[in-house]
Amino acid sequence: MQTFTVHKGIVAPLDRANVDTDAIIPKQFLKSIRRSGFGVNLFDAWRYTDHGEPGMEPSTRHPNADFVLNQPRYKGASILLTRRNFGCGSSREHAPWALADYGFRALIAPSYADIFFNNCFKNGLLPIVLSESAVDRLFADVAVFPGFALTIDLPSQTVRTDDGSLSFAFDVDPFRKQCLLNGWDDIGLTLRHANEIRAFEAQHLAGQPWL
Amino acid sequence: MHARTLYDKLWDSHLVREEGDGTALMYIDRHLVHEVTSPQAYEGLRLAGRTPWRVESIVATADHNTPTTHWDEGIRDPVSRTQVDALDANIRRYGAKAYFPFRDRRQGIVHVIGPENGATLPGMTVVCGDSHTSTHGAFAALAFGIGTSEVEHVLATQCLITKKSKSMLIRADGRLARGVTAKDLVLAVIGRIGTAGGTGHAIEFAGDAVRALSMEGRMTMCNMSIEAGARAGMVAVDQRTIDYLDGRAYSPKGDLWTRAVAYWRTLVSDEGARFDATQLFDAASIKPQVTWGTSPEMVASIDDRVPDPDRERDSERREGMARALEYMGLEPNVPIADIRIDKVFIGSCTNSRIEDLREAASVVRGRRVASNVRLAMVVPGSGLVKAQAEAEGLDRTFRDAGFEWREPGCSMCLAMNDDRLEPGERCASTSNRNFEGRQGAGGRTHLVSPAMAAAAALAGHFVDVRRLS
Ligand code: SF4
Repeated sequence: MQTFTVHKGIVAPLDRANVDTDAIIPKQFLKSIRRSGFGVNLFDAWRYTDHGEPGMEPSTRHPNADFVLNQPRYKGASILLTRRNFGCGSSREHAPWALADYGFRALIAPSYADIFFNNCFKNGLLPIVLSESAVDRLFADVAVFPGFALTIDLPSQTVRTDDGSLSFAFDVDPFRKQCLLNGWDDIGLTLRHANEIRAFEAQHLAGQPWL
Repeated sequence: MHARTLYDKLWDSHLVREEGDGTALMYIDRHLVHEVTSPQAYEGLRLAGRTPWRVESIVATADHNTPTTHWDEGIRDPVSRTQVDALDANIRRYGAKAYFPFRDRRQGIVHVIGPENGATLPGMTVVCGDSHTSTHGAFAALAFGIGTSEVEHVLATQCLITKKSKSMLIRADGRLARGVTAKDLVLAVIGRIGTAGGTGHAIEFAGDAVRALSMEGRMTMCNMSIEAGARAGMVAVDQRTIDYLDGRAYSPKGDLWTRAVAYWRTLVSDEGARFDATQLFDAASIKPQVTWGTSPEMVASIDDRVPDPDRERDSERREGMARALEYMGLEPNVPIADIRIDKVFIGSCTNSRIEDLREAASVVRGRRVASNVRLAMVVPGSGLVKAQAEAEGLDRTFRDAGFEWREPGCSMCLAMNDDRLEPGERCASTSNRNFEGRQGAGGRTHLVSPAMAAAAALAGHFVDVRRLS
């Protein structure tokens, strides 16, 4: 997994609550059996005015000029600022894959749906929770300053602007933080406890032999 | 020992180890696998040179991409076929306790086949790369959806890294009125607590209204707990749970059955157990529900009107409502019962079990689908449900009324196969999500119970099913 330490990037604002995973990556793109290549179809139904299907050549598509990611000022954005309950709906991991494949490294919102939140960490994507008021403030600043960028410092758990005008602390689960900082993969970590799992399993199945 | 909730008991009995910060390794008993969220997990496994930890835990089927007509022609869409072929190849290579492939007699929606085959049992931890895994909680199992990385993790280690959720008790007391179903109850719950109301919680549904529900009804409720934001939903074991499982294909038999039942009976929340949150509902006051927006919390009773965003004080909510109404092509203040529909879909892991089909058929019997309804379809949840319905003659009832009777699968619940809404089409659907484009780009979904969907098909618009009979 890609490591995450300190990241500076342009912020793109997606001013909607309850953005679901169907919107993040529409279901017709779930038919791929690979993990990569979903970035061009991120937010497909909002991003293009024509209907997208797998295998379409991106250069033949019709971008929706109004959609935030199509606006020149947010080109190259790597931090997505959004509203509460982001990532609700289907558990598809294609959603974080698409966000990461597009180039996002971090998300900022007041809350996320549970499964989506978990899936992000497993893909080197940092979902940051800030208060509603902090998020409001960031939306206001993004609107006013073209090229608005933030630095996300995972070791010190802060989000800040370079000129020091804004700085917010955020919480992150210590275990998830270590995994991101070191790029650790969960399976390898868990298999260090293989003996313990085996012992548990033997006892568990002896107690409930019908399992 | 202190009083424990059902969730506490399920949690404690699967804890392999726990770190000081609460990060836990949880043992997984049942791993359900389908074609959409598993190929990348198996690929990861293969690349790392690993094999499944416990093949006996795996039950697999193909459901999301499979067509519901012309099964003799196979899967025509090459991309869908690739995914189903990948599942076939992975199960062939790595094995499973049971596999119900495309066209198998027992194939069906993953959340329908688990319980009906007795592959979901009380006291189990059940996971699947699918958010509606919460369905299985109806059997006092701890069941929840996981992402593809976690699918790979469970394959490789039989465990999940997780943290304990908070607990929420949703208690519905009183009796549901005639014509009001589990679907209406759970939609009313989501309407009140909101789609994020259960975030971070495992919900236990209790109270005499829940006790009175069949296992199918309990599954409908647990299925939709994810739409309230909860990781899991569950119902305690009672006689109905045990009766349902008796004699199922993978249920324990003989001596083991007796032992299992004795254990299962302990799977209830203890008297005096503490929940982190509690919500009380009066079941008797709930009316048939219809969603009007693009989130399951945007729901109203059949005798209500489409709400007016101008009366909403919270600006974020107001904008969300206005956007939803625009997408749905609805004007504020229109009576819900005046909304005309183009299509009807009876199916999905929420409402495609035998009882759902019986409920809908009893409304339809001897009547005709309205002429403005272009397509009314019934998609049974599994091959076994379909066979049972046909044995009862329900297929005839539906066909005679003008419904199409299809092969089992997810179908228009998420429209990954050919069954979908055209832009602007309006559908009465028994599924679980009314998000933008869920049933086809530009399609407009109203979530209802099977009885209400059947009634809408006959009337051509939403109607209180209680007025029909
Ligand atoms: S029926 Fe719908 S919600 Fe259920 S598993 Fe299939 S696609 Fe998911």
